[in-house]
Amino acid sequence: MQNILGDRKAIVILLGPALLVYTLVMLVPVLWSLGLTFFEGNALFGFQPAGFDNFVQLFSDPRVLDAIWFTIRYAVIITVGQIVLGYGLSLLYVFALRRASGIVRTLVFFPVVLPTVAVALMFQQLFAVAPQNGIVNEFLNFFGVASVDWFGSAGTAFLVIVIMDIWRSMGFYAVLLYAGLVDIPEEVLESARLDGARGWRLVSNIVLPLSLPVLLSAVIFSINGTLKVFDSILALTNGGPGTSTTPLTLYMFQTSFSYGEYGYGSTIALVLTILCLGVTLFIFRSARRDNTLG
Amino acid sequence: MTLTTATNTTLTTGIPNPSTTPSSGQLGRRITRFLRKLPLRTVIAVLLIIETYPLVWLLLSSFKTQNEFLTKPSWALPSQLNFANYTDAWVDGNLGTYVRNSLLATLPSLALIIILGVAAGFALEVLVWRGRSQILLLFLVGIMVPAQMILLPLFTVYFQIGLAGTLWPLIITYTAIGLPLAVFMMATYFRAVPREVFEAATLDGASVLRAFWSIGFPMVRNAVFTVALVQFFFIWNDLLIALTFTTNQSLRTIQVGLLSFTGEFGQTAYGPLFAGICINVFGTLILYLFLNQRIMKGLTAGSVKG
Repeated sequence: MQNILGDRKAIVILLGPALLVYTLVMLVPVLWSLGLTFFEGNALFGFQPAGFDNFVQLFSDPRVLDAIWFTIRYAVIITVGQIVLGYGLSLLYVFALRRASGIVRTLVFFPVVLPTVAVALMFQQLFAVAPQNGIVNEFLNFFGVASVDWFGSAGTAFLVIVIMDIWRSMGFYAVLLYAGLVDIPEEVLESARLDGARGWRLVSNIVLPLSLPVLLSAVIFSINGTLKVFDSILALTNGGPGTSTTPLTLYMFQTSFSYGEYGYGSTIALVLTILCLGVTLFIFRSARRDNTLG
Repeated sequence: MTLTTATNTTLTTGIPNPSTTPSSGQLGRRITRFLRKLPLRTVIAVLLIIETYPLVWLLLSSFKTQNEFLTKPSWALPSQLNFANYTDAWVDGNLGTYVRNSLLATLPSLALIIILGVAAGFALEVLVWRGRSQILLLFLVGIMVPAQMILLPLFTVYFQIGLAGTLWPLIITYTAIGLPLAVFMMATYFRAVPREVFEAATLDGASVLRAFWSIGFPMVRNAVFTVALVQFFFIWNDLLIALTFTTNQSLRTIQVGLLSFTGEFGQTAYGPLFAGICINVFGTLILYLFLNQRIMKGLTAGSVKG
């Protein structure tokens, strides 16, 4: 019986095609991309060996530092925003709306499935100043505040990016964390209530510690996604004004396809990959350590 | 803010509220109940307005004429229900072609991801052999690696073997990028199927392939549909891959095409732009209207992808 479920021919037939595609189109290119970091040139005009030039350039390129700094700032702010608002919403669903939360959950989740490009173009119009004020500036004007040129300066452009991405994704994290909260046994909450824990104390002493594992995985998912941000920023600000909202992904894309420097582009992609894996491992390890202590 | 108001209003219901106790009679009680629920209701109302009003505004604006965009305030209602913007976007803006390209790239990729992913998930979870957990781990790594890491070699290869002028680069790349998550999710779903089912089938003389096709596949049919939905959204909404590999205008997907909408008409034609965004948004809205529970479940299950 175990022999039959271990049939080699069947394993090759079932797993082979997927493994082949995955190896040829993912794994080989990853290694190839590593190799490209020692070359310069591009697909159209050929490659020349460049030794460590790309890495030398990497460490002296102020734009790389700017892009890394922007990427990290973005990832941290969006992750905190997503998780805090998402957790707040999930508490709202579980404790305030209870069984009536279905429709609210569904509506707040909806923006998650919308195409990023469409959402970004919509936010461009919502925050527009010309030819007519967008809704946001009209709203400010209504309260006597002057119109703001949202995409004219780095700070306000960043703010719009943050608002947009949190608007888009908080419903997602709300549902993700909601699933964790529903799993908390009713008896635990009931006995805590009998002991007099209510409101904020119930949340901070009982609910929050019990939902730490699901919060941790939400943080990892969020960091992983936000470090790779590309679509929403390209469509909303295209990295501007100037280069002030350019994350690593976008800088890599511009280096490779606008300037045709594939070798340097691969080097930036490598930095991005190391950043993604490093941060995930770091969060994972530090969380593990906390668990053993507590 | 949401958090504190929400929890206060509900979790403190047992504590008598000094400002509301003296009121007497049916009406008074009804008013106090209304007032007690007011903060919660306000929070919910504000939340729903923030999440849905932009979309309503988007739809209303898509009926406005260029003149209305330039002279009337942005919150004004359209003067008439004018579908000219939609035909402009669809025909002159080539949105019809872009939607067709998106479908032509998305559907084959989905089919490939499902066929390859379900089979691989079965082989990795149900079948017994040395090294299967290492292979599963290998697939997991693929979820983490950013797509930027594979774009340049792939572009070089597609260019050299002459695939650059077709939709094949998109189909191949989407399939490979979607596979890790599909394999991972399918392995998880197969884990929930009792092993005895497959053991019994093979005892009855079914070959492994038959056990997979006639028993395994039908048992996870629902999960397959969920995985397909999740992958659909990732592929349909993708910009990075599509932007990289669509070298000429006639191959643009809807996302790339929409991005170029602002330039296509010379001076930005706001009407067709809004209509284009609407077509893009309300396409997914219709899907969401019918399948929202499943989509929510599927996307959160696929959240490892971030």
